[in-house]
Amino acid sequence: MSVLLAAASAALFSMGTYLVLQRKLSRIIIGLGLLTHGANLLFITAGRRGLPALVGAGDVDELSDPLPQALMLTAIVISFGVTAFLLALAYRSWLLTDDDEVEHDLSDLDILLGRGGREDDADLLERLDDHDTDLLERLDDHRRDHELHLPPVDEPPLEPEDGAR
Amino acid sequence: MNALVVVPVVVPLLAAALCMLVGRSRIAQRAVSITALTASSAASVAVLVAVDRDGTLVVDAGGWGAPLGIVLVADRLAAIMLAIATVTLLLVLLYAIGQPGAERNHVGFQSSYMVLSAGVALSFLTGDLFTMFVGFEMMLTASYVLMTLGGTRDQVRSGMTYVVISLVASVLFVTALALIYTAAGTVNLADLSERIPLLDEGVQRAIALLLLVVFGLKAAVFPLFFWLPDSYPTAPSPVTAIFAGLLTKVGVYALLRTQLLLFPPETRPDTILLWIAGLTMVIGVLGAVAQKDMKRILSFHIVSQIGYMVMGLALFTVAGVAAAIYFIVHQVVVKTALFLTGGLVEHVGGSSRLNRVGGLLGSAPVVAVLFLIPALSLAGFPPMSGFVGKFALLDAGVGDASYWVVAAAVVAAFLTLFSMTKIWAGVFWSPKEREPVGDAQPVGRLGGPALMVLPTAALVVITILLGVFAGPVYDVVTRAATGLLDPAIYRAEVLGS
Repeated sequence: MSVLLAAASAALFSMGTYLVLQRKLSRIIIGLGLLTHGANLLFITAGRRGLPALVGAGDVDELSDPLPQALMLTAIVISFGVTAFLLALAYRSWLLTDDDEVEHDLSDLDILLGRGGREDDADLLERLDDHDTDLLERLDDHRRDHELHLPPVDEPPLEPEDGAR
Repeated sequence: MNALVVVPVVVPLLAAALCMLVGRSRIAQRAVSITALTASSAASVAVLVAVDRDGTLVVDAGGWGAPLGIVLVADRLAAIMLAIATVTLLLVLLYAIGQPGAERNHVGFQSSYMVLSAGVALSFLTGDLFTMFVGFEMMLTASYVLMTLGGTRDQVRSGMTYVVISLVASVLFVTALALIYTAAGTVNLADLSERIPLLDEGVQRAIALLLLVVFGLKAAVFPLFFWLPDSYPTAPSPVTAIFAGLLTKVGVYALLRTQLLLFPPETRPDTILLWIAGLTMVIGVLGAVAQKDMKRILSFHIVSQIGYMVMGLALFTVAGVAAAIYFIVHQVVVKTALFLTGGLVEHVGGSSRLNRVGGLLGSAPVVAVLFLIPALSLAGFPPMSGFVGKFALLDAGVGDASYWVVAAAVVAAFLTLFSMTKIWAGVFWSPKEREPVGDAQPVGRLGGPALMVLPTAALVVITILLGVFAGPVYDVVTRAATGLLDPAIYRAEVLGS
């Protein structure tokens, strides 16, 4: 039984790790869910097996160890809450960029573009913020040059809606 | 006296709920949260005084005794951290109220801030590893909300990195807990300090290293710091200030607590920690030197200064640990003050990029002074707290004959000074090269709204006081370090045998 649980936990960990390394937030969320399940399962296997730990269910020696179960109940609730938050974040990202891909760090891009020596990078950052079309064209060129997978930046970000306030 | 120990955890939590209920009235929300944090800082300071005089206070939550139930333990280290954290939280709350922006525009700000306060307090006070996990999660979940308030594109991007990396650390934490429970059959720290030395040496080392990775991620040590300089600067300035001042230090606190308490001298990862310390200092500060934005420079400094704290821990001597504790206290104050000044610069200058603000020495001299003092303190100038902390660390390093880490610390200190002069020259001395994108607000006599300037000034005064009264403060941290290096004392106090 423990071997089976350990194997299940290992499988969850490996699948979770694979998914967390993806670029889409939705996959990362599923991956994190699997990882959490793996860790919780590992904790459950730590306790002694036996009858349900209820008063009168049996002799004290035959009962299972209730502590890991109690602790994991807490951990499950926590991961539920955080997953809900992450889903909201993914939705927000989709509203802003039509995608839930984790975006490139602008400073990384900054350095990458600065290396070509074409643009003062501080200026670049600001103009990227202002959605300068001229810059975007050159950014497209750079994207092709450097094979960057940048999400489109042609639309200004939406203002926060009333519900988000 | 024991009842006071639970105040910093329970009162902010109740306040968080109340803030939700009175969400329609901003004034009521503010009254509730200021009252709650005033109460919890007063209680924390009282606890610190009592603990330093009479010894550790232990509270059994729910009336269940030590190894089985949840215990809150206020020993000297926990009390020191708690006192400085709650006072800082209160001052930053006042600043947030004074600043137009985050606090005014979002109903959830106060509640999240209260949960964050309770989580920080619980992480310091807890006597078992699982409750520490819960405290961390309370603090982190609140920090996710605070970081992404506003939901701008930049915040969503950096928020994703921050949330995912924190969650991965949490999963590793649960995994470490599972392995510890399997091996030792308990999660109570006092109980573990008795049982872990009995385990197989390989298992001990594995647990020590796993905990090092978990808390190293939270504390942002090399090579696990990459998420921090990217995510912190996007949040509103009071939020960044409290993250910079407190969150990473909670990770360092957990490192101190677990490595000192749980593992016998043979299985402590001291060499690894020393390497991590040296590399964190130097690489963090090199990152800072390369940046062109005030907030990003300061964010890299968070990383660099964490190296100094880890160095003190890695020596595993009373002098080293005492210096580390003093340095943590100094950093909480100074880092928060610097980020609050960063917020003031943005307020009066319209930007925090070095080439878009300038000449603030003339237009906002108060802000310049408020930056200069903590900046010099960070770089280690007497008579500020940074000098005392760095001197004590170097002294401890030389005493332990770890000369190369001392050399790294000195190099990092010089580079710190260099990047501070970069901010000074860019923001305060030179004229601005380009117009800022944001709106510059009228400066006023104080250099900003009084509620923003006065809390910052209070923190600046604290860093000077920590330097001037270094003697008495240092006595307290030395007593704390002496207690920490002997797990038997902690065990006797908690388990009562």
